[in-house]
Amino acid sequence: MGRYLIPLVLFIVLVVFLAIGLGRDPHEVPSPLINKPAPAFHLAELKDPSKSFSAEEMRGRVWLLNVWASWCVSCRDEHPLLLEYARTGVIPIYGLNYKDRPEDALAWLGELGDPYVLSVSDLDGRVAIDYGVYGAPETYLIDQQGVIRFKQIGPVTPDVWTKTILPLAQELNRQGSR
Amino acid sequence: MSSLQIWFSLCVFGVLCVTAVGLLEILTKTTETQRSQRLHRGVLLLAVLLLLSVGSVASAQIRQPESNEPVDPVVEQRLTKLSQELRCLVCQNETLADSRADLAEDLRREIREQIRAGKSDQEIIDFLTQRYGEFILYRPPVKPKTYLLWFGPFVLLLLGLVILFSYVRRRRDLISDQPLSNADRRRAEELLGTASRKETA
Repeated sequence: MGRYLIPLVLFIVLVVFLAIGLGRDPHEVPSPLINKPAPAFHLAELKDPSKSFSAEEMRGRVWLLNVWASWCVSCRDEHPLLLEYARTGVIPIYGLNYKDRPEDALAWLGELGDPYVLSVSDLDGRVAIDYGVYGAPETYLIDQQGVIRFKQIGPVTPDVWTKTILPLAQELNRQGSR
Repeated sequence: MSSLQIWFSLCVFGVLCVTAVGLLEILTKTTETQRSQRLHRGVLLLAVLLLLSVGSVASAQIRQPESNEPVDPVVEQRLTKLSQELRCLVCQNETLADSRADLAEDLRREIREQIRAGKSDQEIIDFLTQRYGEFILYRPPVKPKTYLLWFGPFVLLLLGLVILFSYVRRRRDLISDQPLSNADRRRAEELLGTASRKETA
């Protein structure tokens, strides 16, 4: 009896480790930018390239920066949800149009609707590198002090929205208004 | 931090253990001729495994830059060397040097520009880890959080050696030599029907 106990315990430990490993998404790399200041950028607006927008302008507000592109399949999945959340008006959503052709991006918004207060064009993907983007869509929740508080890699799901993003944004807004 | 490396070490360790135990079995359990035959097979298996593991180390080539800019061989060489140490975040088991992903091309462009701007390798690596985390490093830094990763396989190897050693010792004790008594010998000869040619005391 005793001689089987050690292999059995080892086996159970192995199974537990493998089970944890299976449950994790290896593609999700924790961002080192959480709780760090959001990198500054200054980019031309998608709809009116003569105007520009910088992250600085959002000081004092809680906002979402959503990285998207017309070539990104998951962005299409995520899009109806963003439209719905934008309609609630709780958090303003800004778009970072990542390595896209502006005409494609505009056509995409025209076809599917535009959830963004505005989108900026990151044509060569440099700002995305500053934000540690490695797969669109990605979404950053940025607080009043310009600090990244949360990052969603991949599409925002209803679960993430109701359990994480919304409560966190409401909490930040409460703190900010005090 | 890559748990993949831990598992890989575990697998290699497991295969080595099984082979070692197998060789041990062969050495202790079989007759002389069987022994040499099976020993040959064991050694052959071990050699094949070693060859396979050597064969999996792929060689990387210097890639031409994506743009039509003039190529500076010094910069390209540094870029290749540096990007072989860095992970492509899109296809995570490829280095930045090997990857064809868009992001990898962008990051190579970034590194190339920083090399031209006179940044040191460490500065470039810091730039990337600040944005993508230590996951981007194929050679994770040695620090308390990665001790298990770096030293775990050696601890396991040591543990395996201890277990192997005690196992071998226990077996050696089990098969202690018991000299044949004269009565036993006579009985054996009777059963075998052979007359004893040389009588020993």
